[in-house]
Amino acid sequence: MHALEGIKVVEFAAYAAGPTVGKHLADHGATVVHLESRSRPDGFRTHYPPYKDNIYGLNRSGLFALCNNDKLDVTLNLKKAPRATELAKRIVAWSDVVIENFSPGTMKRLGLDYESLRKVKPDLIMLSSSNLGQTGPHANHPGFGSQLSSLAGFTNLIGYADGPPQMLYGPYIDYIAVAYGAVAILAALDHRDRTCNGQHIDLAQYESGLQFLTPLLLDYKVNGRVGVRNGNRDPAAAPHGAYPCKGEDSWCVMSIFSEAEWQTLCRVMENPAWTQEKRFATLEARKKHEDELDGRIGQWTVQFTARDLIDRLQDAGLRAGLVNTMRDLFSDPQLTHRTQWVELEHPEIGQMHYQRPPFLLTKTPPGPRNRDPLLGEHNEVFYKEMLSLPEKDYRELVEEGVID
Amino acid sequence: MASEDKNKGLLAPFRVLDLTDELGFLCGKILGDLGADVIKIEKPGGDPARMIGPFYRDEPHVEKSLYWFGFNNNKRGITLNLESSRGQELFRRLATSAEFVIESYMPGYLDRLGLGYTTLNQINQRLILTSITPFGQTGPYSRFRASDIEVMAMSGCMSLTGDPDRPPLRVSFPQSYQWTGSYAAVGTLTAHLYRQRSGIGQQVDVAAQACLLWAFSHAHTFWDLNRHLEKRAGAYMTGRSITGARMRVFWPCKDGYLNFIIYGGEAGRKTNQALVEWMDSKGGAPESLKRKDWKSFNIAEVTQEEIDRMEEPITRFFEGVTKREFFENVIRREMLGYPVATVEEISSDPQLKARDFWQELAHPELKASLPYPGGFAKFSQAPCKIWRRAPLIGEHNEEVYGGELGFKKDELEKFKREGVI
Repeated sequence: MHALEGIKVVEFAAYAAGPTVGKHLADHGATVVHLESRSRPDGFRTHYPPYKDNIYGLNRSGLFALCNNDKLDVTLNLKKAPRATELAKRIVAWSDVVIENFSPGTMKRLGLDYESLRKVKPDLIMLSSSNLGQTGPHANHPGFGSQLSSLAGFTNLIGYADGPPQMLYGPYIDYIAVAYGAVAILAALDHRDRTCNGQHIDLAQYESGLQFLTPLLLDYKVNGRVGVRNGNRDPAAAPHGAYPCKGEDSWCVMSIFSEAEWQTLCRVMENPAWTQEKRFATLEARKKHEDELDGRIGQWTVQFTARDLIDRLQDAGLRAGLVNTMRDLFSDPQLTHRTQWVELEHPEIGQMHYQRPPFLLTKTPPGPRNRDPLLGEHNEVFYKEMLSLPEKDYRELVEEGVID
Repeated sequence: MASEDKNKGLLAPFRVLDLTDELGFLCGKILGDLGADVIKIEKPGGDPARMIGPFYRDEPHVEKSLYWFGFNNNKRGITLNLESSRGQELFRRLATSAEFVIESYMPGYLDRLGLGYTTLNQINQRLILTSITPFGQTGPYSRFRASDIEVMAMSGCMSLTGDPDRPPLRVSFPQSYQWTGSYAAVGTLTAHLYRQRSGIGQQVDVAAQACLLWAFSHAHTFWDLNRHLEKRAGAYMTGRSITGARMRVFWPCKDGYLNFIIYGGEAGRKTNQALVEWMDSKGGAPESLKRKDWKSFNIAEVTQEEIDRMEEPITRFFEGVTKREFFENVIRREMLGYPVATVEEISSDPQLKARDFWQELAHPELKASLPYPGGFAKFSQAPCKIWRRAPLIGEHNEEVYGGELGFKKDELEKFKREGVI
C-alpha cells in the first residue's frame, strides 16, 4: 500500500514547478497524468540539456526524467477546441486534482479555468502555480525560476563580499514552490474528504520563495538593514567556511559557534601556538581577524583528505562536512543508505538514477517504481481503459489530431 | 489573539506538538499557516534559537529575535523539561490528544527518554511523528552534527556555487533549514492523508541533506547521463548548450546587477527579439544582433563564440540602464529577466502590495506592529495567513496545562518550582 493510492491527478503543466509537485504525489502512489501535445511537448523534453549522450531527442531528457517518474503520459492538443476542451473536461471530471503552471490567463482562454472546471467536478482541487500570482499588475509577466530567484532576493545573497551575485544553479525558487504546492494540495485533499469542498490554490512562486527570507525582510522593515552576500561568513561563528583539503578541488566545511567548540577544534589541531594568540581568543576577536583565521585553518586542513578530516572533527563532536560534487552524490554513503537514487531502465536513456523523496514514510515507503513515460506512451490505456472512451471516439480524436 | 477564521483553516481540527530546533521550525509554521493548532515546546528558559539574530532594534534578547519571530509565528508556546520524569509524563499526556509530533533531536534521543516512536504509537496509534535531522534516522552519517553550511556542502549545493578559482559558497542567509522544514511538511501531510484514510499513523524520516538535492534541480543528471561534471561557474549559467557554452547571468547596470540570460525556446526567442528592439530604440543595437534570425536560434547547440559575440553589445547596453528601467521594460516588453533585487526593493514591490502580501502583526510586548510576509498561497475557500505572532517563553503554559490538561494553579506552581515547566 502506498500513502496516496487512489488519488487521481492531472497535470496541465510543464517544466519544473508544476510537474515536480505531481512527482511527489506519484512517488507515493497517486495516479498522475502528465498531459502534453506533440505539437508542443514539455519544454524539458525540447530545450533543456542534458540529453543522453548529448544527442537531442524527445525521450532523452534527464531533466524531464527527474520530474516525471511514475506518471502516465497522455497527449492532448488543447488548441483543437472545442473537442479538445470537451475531452480535457472529461479528464478533469475523472480526477481529484488539477495541477497547472501556464501563464496566468491561459487556462481561462482555453475555457479550462477553475470556474469552468468546477462545473464538471464540483469538489475539484486545482493548483495554479505561477511566477508572480494569478492577480496583480505583473501577473501576466512570463518568467523562469532561474530569474525569479533574483527578483525574490536570493541571488543578491550569494557571492563573495567583493563580487557580483552568483547563480543558484537552476530554477532554485521553483522547487521551493514545489514543496508549498504539494503541501497545499495535500491539505486541500484532506479538507475535501472531511467537508466535500474543493479549492482553487493561487500559488505565486515569488511569494512562497519569500517565506525562506522572512527574518531578513523583517530586519529591513525593523532595522533598515539591507542584507547582502558575504561569502561563507556567519555573524555568530568563526571559523565558518569552506577550507581546502588534500586532492584536486577538494573542500571541507566547518562551523564553530561556541567557545567550547573552539577549544575542541584547537585540541583537534593539537593546539598550534597561533591559537593561543589574543587575536583568536574570543569569537569577537576571531571575527575581527577572520581573513587571517581562515588562512590558518586552511593551512591545517590542506594536510588531510576531506573524508579524514570530517571524521576527526565529527568524532570530536564538531560540525563539519565535505563538499560533495555531483559525481560524489551517487556514492555518498548516507544517500546510498537511504536508497536516495533508484536505478531504473529507460528505453532511450538506459540506466537512470531516479530521485527518491527526502522524507521517508516508514510504513508506506515511497517509489520511484517506474521510469518516466515516453511522449504519449499511455494514450490508449488512459483514454480507453481509465477514461472509458469508446474505440470509435478514440480513433476519431486521433484522426482529428485532438489526441496527437 | 487568534482570530475566528482560523477555524476555517484547512488543518484547523488538528494539533501539532513542535519539539524542533531551527532545522525544523518551518514545518510547524507551515501547518500553522493552514490553521493547525501548533504548540511549540521549549525547554524551561527558552529555546537557544531565540538568540539567533537579527534582533528587533538590534538588541540581542530572547524575546526580540526576528529569526524566532519569522519561523515560529502561528504557534503557541509552552515550556517543558523532557528530561524529568514528570515532564515526560506531561508530554505523553499531550501526545494522547495530538495528531502530529515534529522533532529534530539526534536520532535515539527520544527513545532514551521513553518518548520514541514505539512508545508514542502505543499511546496514540494515529499519531504521526515527523523526525527531522541533518542526515536521517539511520545510516553512517546519522549521528553527524551539522549546521547550515554542512548541509549545503554534503548535499552538493556548494559544489555548484562560487567562482571556479575560489572556495565553494553557501547562501549568506541560511537556506537549508527552510528547505528541510518545508519538505518535512510535505512528508508530514502525505502521512496525514494516509492516516486519515487508513487510521494508521507512522514515523516520517526527513533528511536535510536529501531535501537540498532539490535546490540545485538537475545538475547531477549531467553526470548520470553523460559523465559530465557540473561545477561552480560564478556569475554564469552552464548546462544549457550541449557544446558546453556558458551564458552570462549577472550584468552590472547603473545601480546594481541585472539577471538576464540568452535563452532559447519560444519565450527566449521573443525575449531576444524584444531586447534588440529596445536596444535599437536607444540606438544601441549592432547590425549583427538586428540581422539575427531568432527563429532558427537554438540555445541547446549554441557555441561559446556565438554567445560571446552576442553578449558584448548587450553588456555595454545594460551598463547604461538602471534596475528600475530594466524592470519596467521587461514587464512592458514581456521579456524574460529581472533585476537582482534587495530586500528593500522587495519591500516596495507593487505586485506584492496589490496582492496584499504583507501582513501587519501586533507585538504588544514591543508596543509595535511588524509587517510580515503573509500566507504562502491564496486558497479560494480557506484562509492561509498568520494568526498569531511567535510565542513568548512559556506564554501559553497556563492555557495549555491549566485550561486544557486541567491542572490547578498550585500544581502549576509546583511544576515551576521543580523545573518541569
